[in-house]
Amino acid sequence: MAKKQLALVIDLNVCVGCHACVTSCKQWNTSGWSGPLPDQNPYDADPNGVFFNRVQTFECGTFPATETVHFPKSCLHCEEPPCVPVCPTGASYKREEDGIVLVDYDKCIGCKYCSWSCPYGAREFDPIAGVMKKCTLCVDRIYDTSLEPERRKPACVLACPAGARLFGDVNDPESEAARAIRENAGYQLMPEWGTSPANHYLPRRKTYMRLHEDELVRADNPLKFEADLPKPNFTAPSIDDMSSW
Amino acid sequence: MHPAFSVIFLTTLIGAGQGLLLALVTGQWYFVIGATPDQESGAFYAGGAAIAELLLVLGLVASFFHLANPQRAWRTATRWRTSWLSREVIVLPAVMGATFLYGVVHWFGWTPVLWTFGNQKSLDLSMAVGFAAAGAALALFLCTAMIYASVKFIREWASSWTVVNYTLMGLASGFTIAAAYASLAGSSLTEFFAGDALALTLAAMAARIFQLWRNTRLKCRSSMKTAIGVHHGQIRQISQGFLGGSYNTTEYRHGIGSEVVRGLVVLFLFLAFALPAALVAAGWATGEHPMLLLAALVQYVGLMVERWVFFAQGNHVQNMYYQRMA
Repeated sequence: MAKKQLALVIDLNVCVGCHACVTSCKQWNTSGWSGPLPDQNPYDADPNGVFFNRVQTFECGTFPATETVHFPKSCLHCEEPPCVPVCPTGASYKREEDGIVLVDYDKCIGCKYCSWSCPYGAREFDPIAGVMKKCTLCVDRIYDTSLEPERRKPACVLACPAGARLFGDVNDPESEAARAIRENAGYQLMPEWGTSPANHYLPRRKTYMRLHEDELVRADNPLKFEADLPKPNFTAPSIDDMSSW
Repeated sequence: MHPAFSVIFLTTLIGAGQGLLLALVTGQWYFVIGATPDQESGAFYAGGAAIAELLLVLGLVASFFHLANPQRAWRTATRWRTSWLSREVIVLPAVMGATFLYGVVHWFGWTPVLWTFGNQKSLDLSMAVGFAAAGAALALFLCTAMIYASVKFIREWASSWTVVNYTLMGLASGFTIAAAYASLAGSSLTEFFAGDALALTLAAMAARIFQLWRNTRLKCRSSMKTAIGVHHGQIRQISQGFLGGSYNTTEYRHGIGSEVVRGLVVLFLFLAFALPAALVAAGWATGEHPMLLLAALVQYVGLMVERWVFFAQGNHVQNMYYQRMA
């Protein structure tokens, strides 16, 4: 069986772009093990801050044929993380036991090299502590046995009011996350770089029903008398070989 | 990308230091294998090695300003198996140590013959240390350049031309400094260094112009389709998710207009290559010290501009997610 890999599955068909995951992530992580997530000039001109999760909005097509896509983006916990081998100190690492990519803040020297090696822009530098920070998949929640088992999930997953975020082991075929990927054409971002992101996205899905015209108007409706039925010739071939009359 | 001045100083200073060290070793070798028994004094090489060491130390000091937690810098030597940055951290002190040793061996005149070849030429201790130092300096060019050339998400950097250019520009500036130093010291190596400096400066200019041209023809492997996974030919960002700034909008942009960057390209082609080449040629022909000294100074300033442009022109793939504020 494949190695355990915890990840998020984000359903773009469901996401409404409310930013509840963004604020709950910021609140949980700034006050917890991986915090703080400092803001600079939060109420002034040119504010700047650290977030682990952001929701972006894209528009496809030109008006009026447009579609709005809300796109939550956080660390994808790649199975081949390009940010890990480049770290000169070993502060950036991927956990063997569950595949979560983390930063050891006590080893990070703040050289920012790992962030250059992430094509997704998932890492954000904390200028106060001088270390690189990123999504931890709420590693301090998901193993916390003082919480009820159904609450042992990342803050963003619990916060999502639409249920657009699933959490689980994407390599376990029985998990809810893996089943969602398998059954709903889940995909990875920028697969061309070979990073094999663990987080998956579920595409926008439209449900269409295709109706043919003869399904609406039946040519030989037996219950509705519209005309005399055609009367074949007496000698025309029939089912019982007697007569078509 | 946002160019950091610490890294600009680091790469240009150690490049010049390595180039100067390689120039001294090449000069010594030129005499060793030469037909005449001429050789420069040990003090000449020791003085040159001291200048190279100074440049390397200044570069190392500059590099610490790039680290947010420099007190943990010792940890950077631990991941040399996978990280070019870690390899550079190991090789840089090795080059500094070898340069120091090269200077000391020359200063005290420790030149016992280690090996005598069939043609009556011999390898003494100072030359052997010089070769070791030269090997380390070349390895450092590779390590420094590979830090950038291995970032595959910045297409402008991810090329072997980055290695070629870092090496050629470091050698060019080092040999120019060596020519200025030799002329001030009244050394007979002045012409040798000046000729090499001219050739290396022109070669560096040609390679850098090629890389500039190459970078105008790059195609990004990713598109908005793969970035968000929506199969639509026309995708535009209408919100990046926040109104303020973030690390993603400051680290990966230089914020300078493209016409200014184009102007800086012309400026560095002139300051780092064209003008120093002319000055070196003039100094070579006339044998005047100020010409060569001015060439070394102008070239260093030009290479700083070049390095700024090199960093600024790197366009990271993640910028696709940050195209529009609101």
